[in-house]
Amino acid sequence: MADSKATTPARPYGLVGLYDNVDALLAAARRVRDAGFTNWDAHTPFPVHGIDKAMGIKATFLPWITLTMGLCGLAFGIFGQWWVNAKGYAFLISGKPMWSLPANIPVAFEVIIAFSAFTTFFGMLALNRLPRFSHPLHRLDAFARVTSDRFAVVIESGDPRFDAGQVRGLLAIGSESVVECPADDSRASLPGWLHGIAAIATCLTLIPLAMAYRGRHSTSQKPRYAVWTDMSFQRKVKPQQTIDITVGGVPLFADGRGARVQVPGTIAVGQPFDDMELRYGVQVNAASPVGLEPGASGVPDAPWLTGFPAALTVDSAFLDRGEQRFGIYCSVCHGVRGDGLGSVALRAKDIRGARWGWIDPKNLQASATVLRKNGELFHIAGHGISTMKGYAAQIPAEDRWAIVAWVRALQASQAIDSKRAPEGDYRELPIGLLEFTQGGR
Amino acid sequence: MVATDPIHGLPAGQDPRVRPTLVEGQNNFTTVTQMVAGIPEQPVAKTDKLWIALFALSVSVLGMLGICLAYLIHTGVGVWGNNNPVFWGWPIVNFVFWVGIGHAGTLISAVLYLTRQNWRTAVNRSAEAMTIFAVICAGMFPGVHVGRIWVAYWLAPLPNQMSMWPNFRSPLLWDVFAVSTYFSVSLIFWYMGMVPDLATLRDRSTNKWRRAIYGAFSLGWTGSSRHWHVYERAYLILASLATPLVLSVHSVVSFDFAVSQVPGWHTTVFPPYFVAGAIFSGFAMVLTLMIPARKYFNLGHIITLTHIDVMCRILMATGMLVGYAYMVEFFMAWYGGVMYEQFAFVNRAFGNYWWAYWIMVSCNVIFPQLFWSRKLRRNLVVVMLVSITTNIGMWFERFVIVVTSLSRDFLPSSWAYFSPTWVDMCTFIGSFGLFLTLFLLFIRFLPFVAMSEVKIVMPAAHAGHGDHGHSAAQSGAHNGETRHSTETGHHG
Repeated sequence: MADSKATTPARPYGLVGLYDNVDALLAAARRVRDAGFTNWDAHTPFPVHGIDKAMGIKATFLPWITLTMGLCGLAFGIFGQWWVNAKGYAFLISGKPMWSLPANIPVAFEVIIAFSAFTTFFGMLALNRLPRFSHPLHRLDAFARVTSDRFAVVIESGDPRFDAGQVRGLLAIGSESVVECPADDSRASLPGWLHGIAAIATCLTLIPLAMAYRGRHSTSQKPRYAVWTDMSFQRKVKPQQTIDITVGGVPLFADGRGARVQVPGTIAVGQPFDDMELRYGVQVNAASPVGLEPGASGVPDAPWLTGFPAALTVDSAFLDRGEQRFGIYCSVCHGVRGDGLGSVALRAKDIRGARWGWIDPKNLQASATVLRKNGELFHIAGHGISTMKGYAAQIPAEDRWAIVAWVRALQASQAIDSKRAPEGDYRELPIGLLEFTQGGR
Repeated sequence: MVATDPIHGLPAGQDPRVRPTLVEGQNNFTTVTQMVAGIPEQPVAKTDKLWIALFALSVSVLGMLGICLAYLIHTGVGVWGNNNPVFWGWPIVNFVFWVGIGHAGTLISAVLYLTRQNWRTAVNRSAEAMTIFAVICAGMFPGVHVGRIWVAYWLAPLPNQMSMWPNFRSPLLWDVFAVSTYFSVSLIFWYMGMVPDLATLRDRSTNKWRRAIYGAFSLGWTGSSRHWHVYERAYLILASLATPLVLSVHSVVSFDFAVSQVPGWHTTVFPPYFVAGAIFSGFAMVLTLMIPARKYFNLGHIITLTHIDVMCRILMATGMLVGYAYMVEFFMAWYGGVMYEQFAFVNRAFGNYWWAYWIMVSCNVIFPQLFWSRKLRRNLVVVMLVSITTNIGMWFERFVIVVTSLSRDFLPSSWAYFSPTWVDMCTFIGSFGLFLTLFLLFIRFLPFVAMSEVKIVMPAAHAGHGDHGHSAAQSGAHNGETRHSTETGHHG
């Protein structure tokens, strides 16, 4: 060996003793252990019973890593579920407690197992410094049988006690053969151009993420792009569209128009355009405010009606209707008292909805709303303002007026200073308000 | 090795102190490697005709599954026979069926490993593969059953613009966690066990591509004893983790039913009953796959009749557990005194779906009783038939549970008879195409038997048993920790 060392400039990786049975391997391992080598190993096709002691391998601390990560999994599983269901998105189910441990044990258990198992696998790889695709032993033909039916003891030339002649003699006892494993001087790293491609590809993957980030912090007027339309776009005929529906081979409408023209010789009665007061909230003879650019107050400047349309009778039944409709359509955002503290508003505040462009529902008792004319309120109820949508499609005009009346009632009653008002006055409040003021709804 | 106990005269194989012969015939490490590695090493051009025929069939059936799923997703879940009140129908029956089959693999790998059942080494690899493929089939069904599958990610607790989170108090969400954890842990367990064998294939390969692919997946494994030490410990930990996991998964699946209030579902016996059923069906599927495979690949010396015998005993035992659960359900319905519960069970056995109930009872309780006979346990035709009827019976068990209970719920006005559509049937048959395609690819390209583990249970793997040099026998060094507990003291 001394000769070969002199002739080849590179030192070999080490010497490999090959054995064909377990006994010879164990004996060799003991001899190498007792000779005091440190940079050496035994390679076997299966874990050999007793090799740990023969080689003096110390117990791995992998179980402790797994235990630690398992406990982290426990903490994460419990804390995560608590945060998600008892804190971040608390919602009541069948009156059960917001947080009760038994219901959360199964998922916590699975999280522990998942954490521990992944840690064990990747911990095993890390402790063994795997994957390692380029190893000098892989280049040695004689070593290929070690994963099938041969056993090897390898002493590396890097060992402080390495002496080629002595090591060869030590390994030879009971061995099939002793071979030298040359050092691996091949290039181990990937070619440089691959790094360039990887860098560009990595940057490209950031583009979708950046677009998603931008999307979350901006608003858009365009309809969302839908891969699956769900029910956003439905097969139906709209007034300005043509239709080609046939019934039994005959077109449904010969002219193919979606909107039907008036039947000849008839007169339209009761069209919703006849009463400007009732339908648009503006004075008679004024133009329709619909389609006008909104002014500074959020609604177009128009000769708004200050009272109620002549066509309606404002009485207690009308107010009752307004209370009920308000409770259905408006209170979820504006609150049953119109104070802007409905459950949606509270939830939006909770999740900081303003991040996504949400504008808090108005306090209807505030002076800005009080000062608006009835027609303006009616217009807003039908056509919306800021992030509030228009409810014209859901609430008929008469009911929108009833809601306006109820809002006025709320403004009148809620503005009462309860300290100055005598106790008995509460019983004289507008219809139904008593329940509200006592938290009955 | 002494085959009989000199004092008590126990017959061979019955003395717990003597290592039973697990690998038969004149085999050594070399022949075991050749037998097992020879299967994936066959050149692709020379692939067996039978394999190609089976593969073509499986891929065709898989294609049918693809068509059914595309039709379903494009049209909506109305293409199924699910109705009100049987909203769950076949998709959930199939889910529970497949996830049950997926229990034998990890049971064999983990539970039998911890209990030192060395015979597991012959079948654990293929059973684990079966587990993974069965769980893939299982996961598909609830995945498409949610309807709008493009929002199936709502099941995962991901931050979203709605600031909404899943409900962790729902058993359905527990199920998402249980099945996905089970799948990933089983995959890790399977893959980690395969790394040394992939290294064997790498080192034996003569083809550049095979060497590169097997090389990449074997992670540079060299068989180092220092690596084996950590690996063995990791394997033990994974087995210890997988054992409670495998028991938990079907318990959680049973919670989907038991936590509800539907009569016939709302019973505390469900978790153990479901786990026993899962092991039962899993072992049946292992037998169904293993008996043809061992014949086809000539692995009779590794997967021996003794292995089949042992699995038949497990099959019979779990079958009787399941039968016991059937009886307990009736007893509890009577003893509990709840009329709805009583109606549900009488309706199961004698109502509209009586035929399903009695198919279930015959297949799961009556037929496995044949295995009391050792002769029948070793008759491969009988074993094959019983394993197949068990699979059928276990599918009907899930059908009985899901459909009979839902179709007769609390509101008689909504009672309806459930009939599947052709999409239901083709999707279910198609799932077998998916399963068999994956399984055929596995047996063709991956080591079918855990070579390194089989080698450990061979006598030559232990000091003092080799034909050569007894120099090692002088020391008592065998007592170091290893995963195989077999006695060392008897070797001298």
